This record gives sequence, structure tokens and C-alpha cells, in this order.
Amino acid sequence: MDQIAALLLQLVYGVANLALISMGLAIIFGMMRVINLAHGEFLMLGGYTVVVATNNGVNLWFAMLILAPLVVGLIGVIVERLLIRWLYGRMVDTLLATWGLSLLLIGIVTSVFGASTATTISAPLGVIRIGGYSSSGYDLFLLGVTLALGLAIYAVLKLTKLGLVARGTMQNAEMAGALGVSTSRIYMITFGLGAAVSGLAGGLLAPVTGVLPTIGATYIAKAFITVISGGASILAGTAAGSVLLGLINGVFSFLAGPTFGEVALLVAAIVLLRLMPRGITGRFFRKSL
Amino acid sequence: MSLSRRMFVTGVSAAALAAPAIMGRAQGSDKIKFVSILDQSGGLDIYGAPMVETTKMAIDDINAAGGLLGREVELTIYDAQSNIQLYTQYATQAAAGDKADTVHAGITSASREAIRATLARFQTLYFYNVQYEGGVCDMNNFCIGSTPAQTVAKVVPYVMKKWGKKVYIVAADYNYGQITAQWMQKFVKDNSGETLDVEFFPLDVTNFGPTIQKIQAAKPDLVISALVGGAHVSFYKQYAAAGLNKDIPVASTTFGVGNEQTMISSEEGEGLIAAYSYFEAVDNPTNKDFLARLDARLGAGRPVMNELSIRSYEGAMLWAEAVKAAGTTERMAVTEALRAPQTYNGPSGPVTIDAQTNHAVQNVYIAEVKNQKFEVLESFEAQPPADTMLVCDLVANPNQNAFLFENGLKAAGIDI
Repeated sequence: MDQIAALLLQLVYGVANLALISMGLAIIFGMMRVINLAHGEFLMLGGYTVVVATNNGVNLWFAMLILAPLVVGLIGVIVERLLIRWLYGRMVDTLLATWGLSLLLIGIVTSVFGASTATTISAPLGVIRIGGYSSSGYDLFLLGVTLALGLAIYAVLKLTKLGLVARGTMQNAEMAGALGVSTSRIYMITFGLGAAVSGLAGGLLAPVTGVLPTIGATYIAKAFITVISGGASILAGTAAGSVLLGLINGVFSFLAGPTFGEVALLVAAIVLLRLMPRGITGRFFRKSL
Repeated sequence: MSLSRRMFVTGVSAAALAAPAIMGRAQGSDKIKFVSILDQSGGLDIYGAPMVETTKMAIDDINAAGGLLGREVELTIYDAQSNIQLYTQYATQAAAGDKADTVHAGITSASREAIRATLARFQTLYFYNVQYEGGVCDMNNFCIGSTPAQTVAKVVPYVMKKWGKKVYIVAADYNYGQITAQWMQKFVKDNSGETLDVEFFPLDVTNFGPTIQKIQAAKPDLVISALVGGAHVSFYKQYAAAGLNKDIPVASTTFGVGNEQTMISSEEGEGLIAAYSYFEAVDNPTNKDFLARLDARLGAGRPVMNELSIRSYEGAMLWAEAVKAAGTTERMAVTEALRAPQTYNGPSGPVTIDAQTNHAVQNVYIAEVKNQKFEVLESFEAQPPADTMLVCDLVANPNQNAFLFENGLKAAGIDI
């Protein structure tokens, strides 16, 4: 019984983990249609912000929750102004440009900090016991943060004027422009927010994953698969994609080992996209956000 | 073969027509050419970047002592960028274009296998200075890193005596991890222990949650890890986050060569045990002198030394000693000098070539992580590469040329 409870917690955590690494991409790719191959590097920069800040004596929580999204969000805004804004509507070109950006960011971080950076951070919040099994308390915290982040994005998009204008701009930029919206500014803010969400995710994962210049490569494929499987809706899509793929990955990892877990995730995504080329939210929950 | 080529060259040089070409060649070969191909960028740079630093230091040390045979040694470094295709390309360039006297190259077994045949074909002496799963049998290729019979065979009984008989193995899912896991199972069985489960992880797995629950369900006395690379560092962090590092200790044959002990916090890594042929804490005057000179050379931010980086230095030095002994850089003469056998007393202790396998007899140390540093617990002197010796005999059969553990330990008649 306690084993099942502990395993369930791990499954839910696996789902939250996928959602967390995908949410920033859902905004930038799902909403703005910019294929951001530097998404993994945004996560990596979030992690580095936390490692560098804590090495210099900054409080871990402040570094994770405030500094990481702030720094990466700013980097996102700069990237949008210098690079992305020239390429809207040219999907293949953004693919190449962000791939180059990804290599550039890895190169910059490697030359500044070296191939690896010493760290002293470990997961806070101790251990929780479920009968004879123990799990990390930090896993629970990450679960909560992922939920809160989803709610916050929902609130911003649904309840604020910025959210309304942003959604309108993504649907029909010319019409939004004709109504007096500065679409260029909206694009910049949206891209910056997407980057900030990625930075937050990267920062939050820093205490439980390795932080290296090249770590982005381990996230990028899973994030894209989740977002594409999820379909056009940012939140419902990411949630649906993460739940489906996260559960399949978790169950198969537990039953047949992690290699099969990864294989099962990919097979599920292929089958899903064959049956529903527009992703889950292309068929179900179509009106959702 | 080389003799006939030299006779050919001598013969041609007698002809006045060819004289300018020969002179050009003589000037070109004024310096001795040492080529290094390592991953300075990409995912493997945590291993490659320090290896490049120590290779540079070795060549500088050789030249500071007057070079070899009165000639300067010229170092050419190619960055293979964690890309196997570039290994093949640069190995061909080194052998055919640069006419290298020796090539020291490769980190993963895949990269070694990609270039071994090329360098043999071009008759270019090849050093692979990395710990690996054993089993290469090739006259042209000296593999001087530690192998499982040297490290796994020592650390498994040590931790089983210390912690218990029930073992859970986690390993990276490619040939190093797969083959090393087989060695681990063999040594667990040899020490009358029990392997509860073996799990393999693709190199990009960062969420180890399900496995951590499985380990708790299996209730082993200890976990042995052959996990590799940056993503797998997550295992140690998540294992500690779940509080397991206090109940079920971890030993490893890979933790440390990427300086992982500095990438996880002291409480996460405390007490982890590993075995290699070198740790910075190895106590001998050569090592102290080496580290002092490295400090002076690279300053405070220098990389922590481990088996990979130290063996890159020692590999270059071992080759240099053999060139001195042979009195030439000619491949077969140097090979014979190495197999005489040649010994180099390096920071890790004496490293001696084993003529049967072209591997190295070397010291092995078991060490424990204390406050993000390794402290040596026990040393074993002059360990032979007993695994490769099971399948390889270059003395009896100099033409053997294969990677014999490619499909696991069946080649050595070991059933897992």
C-alpha cells in the first residue's frame, strides 16, 4: 500500500516535471509559433543563475524564485529584440536562428564558467516518509509550484488586459495593430515571459539535476514532444501532453526500466500524432486556453 | 613494411631529380609530431577539457627538458566536439595529413573504435589514455587507463565487506555501462553476494524518481553506479533528496572522472566510495610536485585532477620515455621499447606496459568522498589488466586486432 502511494507520488511528480520544463516552450512555440531550439539553454541559464547566485551567498529561494526568471526573462527580451523580431512568420528561419543561439549560449557559458561549475546546493525541505518509503519533500514543493505556475499563466492570459491583447495579437496581429495595439511590444513581452517561465523552471530544477552548459540538450526533445502532443492550447495542451506522456514514461520506467520508459514515451507520441496530427487539444478541449 | 619504405626513400634520394622533395620532407620532420584528439566542447567536455590541459603540460615539460632526441615536440590539438564523425576525420588528418608520430585520442569507447582501425591502417602509433571496459587487443593501440579487473574487482569486495551482500546496480545504457555492469555482477557473485537488479539509463535521463522507489522496494545493502555524464549527476542529487544516501550507501566506478564530487553538495556526496588509478590525494612526492606545478601553471581555478586527466599526462610521458629508449620515433621501434616493458613513474605511481595486452600494470586506489574531495582509503600496487589478459595475447599472436568485449563477457567465457 505504502509502495503504491510512493509510486503514485513519483508518477504525479514525473508529470509535473514534464509540464514544468515544457511550459515556457508552450508560450513561445505554442502561442507565438516560434520554434525555439534554444529552449533547453533557457532552462540551463536558469540553473546557472541559481548556482552562481548561491555560490556568491545569495539565498537559495530568492535565487530560484526571483533571480532565475528575472535574469532569463531579460535575456529573452534581448534575444527577441536582436534576433527573433526579424523572423516572425518565417518558421524555418527561426529554427535555424534559435539553433545558432543555442550553440552560442552554450559557448558563452562554457567560456565564462568552464565545462562544469562547482556547486553546494542540494534539495531543501528534507525527506517525507510514506510508510516504509521515503521521497523528497522538494518533489512535493515542485508539484505545488507547477500547479501555481499553471494557474498564474491562466490568470494572466484570461483575466488581465495584457493577456487579452496578447492572445488577440497572436490570433490576428494586423487586426490587433489596427485597433491600436503595439504588436511589436506585445511580441517582446510574450517572448520575455516565455523565457522567464523557462528560467524559473531551470532554476527550480537546479537542486535536483546536474547543472552543466550542455544540459539543455536533455530537456529540449521532451519539451517539444510534450508541447506538440498537447496541441495548440497553451495550458490545456501542456497539461494533457504532460499527463499522458509523463504517466506512460513513469509506468514503463517502473515496470520495464528507464530505457523502455523513454521508448514508450516516444512511441506514444508518434502514435498520438498519427491519430491526432494537431495534438490532443486539436481534437479535445478545443476551446480551452 | 616500414623498413622497405625507408629503403625506398633512400633509394629515391639517390636520384638527384627527387632531391628538392626530400629536402622539403626533412625540414618538415624537424619537429616530432604529437597529435591529440579530444572533446573540448559538447557534452563530453567535462572530461576532455582537463585532459587537454594536462596534455599541453606534458608536451611543455618534455620540451623544457630539451625535447626528444634533440628535437622539439610539436603538439597539435583537434577538438572532436563530442562528435564521432569528427574523430574519424581528424584521425585521418593526423595520420595522413600531419604524418603524426603518435596520436593520443578518444574518450568514449565509441570514439576509440571509430579511429583505431584508421590509425592501424596508416601505421600511426595510437594511445588511448582512458579508463574503459577492457578487451581491446591491438598491437598498434596502447590502452593505459584502468579496466574493470583493476578497479571493479577491488571496489566490489571492499564495499560488500563494509556494507553488505545485496547489491543494486545502476549503469549508463551504452557499451561502457553494459559491459561494466556485467563485470560488477561477476565480482558480486565471486564474493558470494547477490545482485538484486540491474538498471540501464539512456544518457539524457534526468528524472530518477521511479528508480529511486524501486531501489527502496528492493532494499539492497548498497547501490553500485556506472552512470555517466552531466544528466546522470541528477541521480546522486535525487537519491540524497529522498534521504536514501543515509540508509543505502553508493559506490561507483564512474563518479569522479568528470569531477562529479564538486557538482553535488558535500552532504549529497558524503561517504560515496570510488576506485581509480589516481586521486589528487594519492600520497607520493611526484604527485605533490605535479600538483604544485599545475597550480603555478593554471592558477586557483584549475580543474581537479582525476584518472582521465592524469593519465593523459602520463600517456604522453610514457610515449616520450619509449622514444628516448628506442632512439627513434619510428613506430615499430617505439612499440618494441614500450613493450620491453617501459615504466613511467608518474603522479599516480609506476605505470608499466603489459606486453601481453598493450595495457598498463598500475596502482589502484579506493577513496571516499569527504566534503567534496576524495580521501584515499586503501591502495593496491601494480594491478595487472587481468580482464583483457583473459582474451588477448599479443606475444603469442601479434596480429590479433579486435575489441573483444564488444558483445559482453562471453568472449572471456564468463556467463552472467
